[in-house]
Amino acid sequence: MTINPTKPTGAVKTMKIRDNIKKWLAYDYDLDAAPVMPDPVEPDVEAPDISFWRSLRRRGAHRALYYVAAVICSIILASTLILTVSGMPRYGEDAEFMDTVTYEYLAHGMEYTGAVNIVSGIILEYRAFDTLGESFVLFCAVTCVLVLLRIDDGKDDVSLPCHDLTGDVILSRTMRALIPFIFIFGIYVLLNGHLSPGGGFSGGAVLGAGIILLSSAYGEKTSGKFVTERTFRIVTTSALLFYCVGKSYTFYTGANGLHSFIGNGTPGNILSAGLILPLNVAVGLVVACTMYGIYRMFKERRF
Amino acid sequence: MSFIENLPFLSVVVFLFAAVVCSVLKPRAARAFTAAVEALVVVFSALTLFYTYTVGEPFRYNMGHFDAPWSNQLRAGVLDALAALAFSSVLLLSHIGGIRYAKIDIEQKKQNSYCTLLNLIGAALMALSYTNDLFTGYVFLEILTLSSCGILVIRRQGRTTLAAARYMVINLLGSGLFLLGVTLFYGTTGHLLMEYIKVGVENLDATGEYSIPLTVTIGLVSAGLAIKSGLFPFHTWMPDTYGTATPTSSAILSGIVSKGYIFLLIKIMYRVVGTGTAAMTAACHILYVFGMIGIVMGSFWAIKSKYLNRMIAYSSAAQIGYIFVGIGLGGDAGFRAAIFQVLAHAFTKPLLFIAGARLSEASGDSQAFSALQGSAHRSRAAGAAFAIGAMSMVGIPTLAGFSTKLYFAIAAVEHGTLVDLATLAVLAVSTLLNALYFIRTVIRIYTPSPAPEPLPTFEPSPDKHDPGLAAAVGFAAGILFLGIFPGTVSSLILTGLSMFG
Repeated sequence: MTINPTKPTGAVKTMKIRDNIKKWLAYDYDLDAAPVMPDPVEPDVEAPDISFWRSLRRRGAHRALYYVAAVICSIILASTLILTVSGMPRYGEDAEFMDTVTYEYLAHGMEYTGAVNIVSGIILEYRAFDTLGESFVLFCAVTCVLVLLRIDDGKDDVSLPCHDLTGDVILSRTMRALIPFIFIFGIYVLLNGHLSPGGGFSGGAVLGAGIILLSSAYGEKTSGKFVTERTFRIVTTSALLFYCVGKSYTFYTGANGLHSFIGNGTPGNILSAGLILPLNVAVGLVVACTMYGIYRMFKERRF
Repeated sequence: MSFIENLPFLSVVVFLFAAVVCSVLKPRAARAFTAAVEALVVVFSALTLFYTYTVGEPFRYNMGHFDAPWSNQLRAGVLDALAALAFSSVLLLSHIGGIRYAKIDIEQKKQNSYCTLLNLIGAALMALSYTNDLFTGYVFLEILTLSSCGILVIRRQGRTTLAAARYMVINLLGSGLFLLGVTLFYGTTGHLLMEYIKVGVENLDATGEYSIPLTVTIGLVSAGLAIKSGLFPFHTWMPDTYGTATPTSSAILSGIVSKGYIFLLIKIMYRVVGTGTAAMTAACHILYVFGMIGIVMGSFWAIKSKYLNRMIAYSSAAQIGYIFVGIGLGGDAGFRAAIFQVLAHAFTKPLLFIAGARLSEASGDSQAFSALQGSAHRSRAAGAAFAIGAMSMVGIPTLAGFSTKLYFAIAAVEHGTLVDLATLAVLAVSTLLNALYFIRTVIRIYTPSPAPEPLPTFEPSPDKHDPGLAAAVGFAAGILFLGIFPGTVSSLILTGLSMFG
């Protein structure tokens, strides 16, 4: 005779259900539950998604409502913006008040900043504080990516899955021919920022893309000759500190009406336009390092 | 030109400088250096406040060798300096108050990155307080958004990643709308400095030209900043965000980051658009309605929540609602109430988060109310601090919350219309709801545990270098100051508002 487990009575059943509901609620709201990221060790097995139950509850009517509302909102926003743009001032209208700043930049920009490329003059002299902020946006972004993706203690020691092209014949042969030109072009754009279209942001982007290409074609051993973590830190830190200190000097002398020892030189010379050339180099280095740093973090999660 | 006029600029640059330096320092040195810089900026802001108040008029600071419309400019009046002082002191107190938990929650190698992000938040808040240029405002708003995501996601535990993703999406929506607004302002007026835009906007408003773009612009800017600060339908990120981050981050995010956006909005209302413009008035009315709903719904969800952190977070949604109701009431009285609420909430909410963290530590790291029972006896200082914060939230006299509610009532009765009656009614209901969940929590933490001590007994602060108590005392002092001398702060706010004009 087999031993039958006691048949659950109604009260026990209710208690079980209540327990389950409690557990379920606790799980739903548990603040210390596992992070909602796919388990990196076995990508096929999904980590328990805490919001799953909640989303299940809302599936159905809620979901349909959500899509309809989203479409309606987008249509309203888009039509409002189109209406707005059609009501905007036309090009060249209202010249007296509206275009004062533009005309001043065009008329005296070269004389006052020493930069033939007015855009460089504007972003690194007239509105240098904004550009200082922009460089720190990049710095902030790379810090956040480091915080999010970096692994050092081997806790979840797995890199994100990505298509590895190292050693690919076509890529490496093409790169062997192209890399010198990419770097030379990047350096040219960087150094001529005050003379011709270009400057720190664009030149830095070219350089950063070059390093990333090098790294993906030949692996990190080759690119590691250019950028290790140490060089990354040194270059970013010194470039940003130079920007901070150099521009602070200009701001301080400018606001206090002091004479600045930095002259504008002759517009058109390579060594002219005051701080614009070194600042372009600093910004370019920051941009290149940021791009490469973010690439490394996403690929390997470490330097 | 007095040397003090350099201090606003130095406050921003010192933080930026410290951010870069911290990224290469050792964790311990980075923490000390960050605290020192924050303290230095508190001194700078206090000096600026004193200087602008004694001189009696704001000063402008050109960023470079070019005059007003051509280059970036900072501007410091009494209100800007007051905001900077509040932001920097809350940043300092939250940082040192949560150091104990930051050490545990954050991996060793990321400690200095945390300090870097704190410094960037400081720089962004200083720049938002002092900027006289809309685009500078946008740039530093981006820094604030990114770095607050960073301090949120740095705790690799629980639901922080999900919370950060949600926070990021809603914040970027707000940033996008704000950026569109700024470009449209530039497109219709041709300027980015606040005074010059205002001249342009007044011209356009008088002649009736480009009325559609102008209305849309004002709507976009207001909506963008309101979304970023977590006004009612966009508050859904709050409970996860504030509930899962390390206590310092929760304190900073709820106390000052959302206030930075609101301060920028108030500045734009006064200095860019002018509060009299028709579109601005309409925008204020919409914000007012959402603020009212937010007050009630925030309190409702706070009552429903079963975890301490989530309750405090939902209460934030209600408190943000108050600020927007003040803005919606308009006039100097309304804005005074709103700014007073900004200050009061900036000091109260971080205190609640930091005291709450200590209480939950004393209850086996659980945030559930059932576990928290009797925790005030296990950690007396934290219990007292939490009680002060909760009382202030409810609005007990001599604490900041009471003065806030008083100023809201004054602003509401000023016009004597039906709207004001509604405001008073919501104010009363919300006070009742606040009392319901905060007093309940205080009673809960002071009720001795029923079981024969199932939780490990809590030794008061085994870490000798834990300055948590000092931070709590600082926050409590701020709350008491706002509660006992509301007249001083109110006169500062009114002077500052008149300088905005």
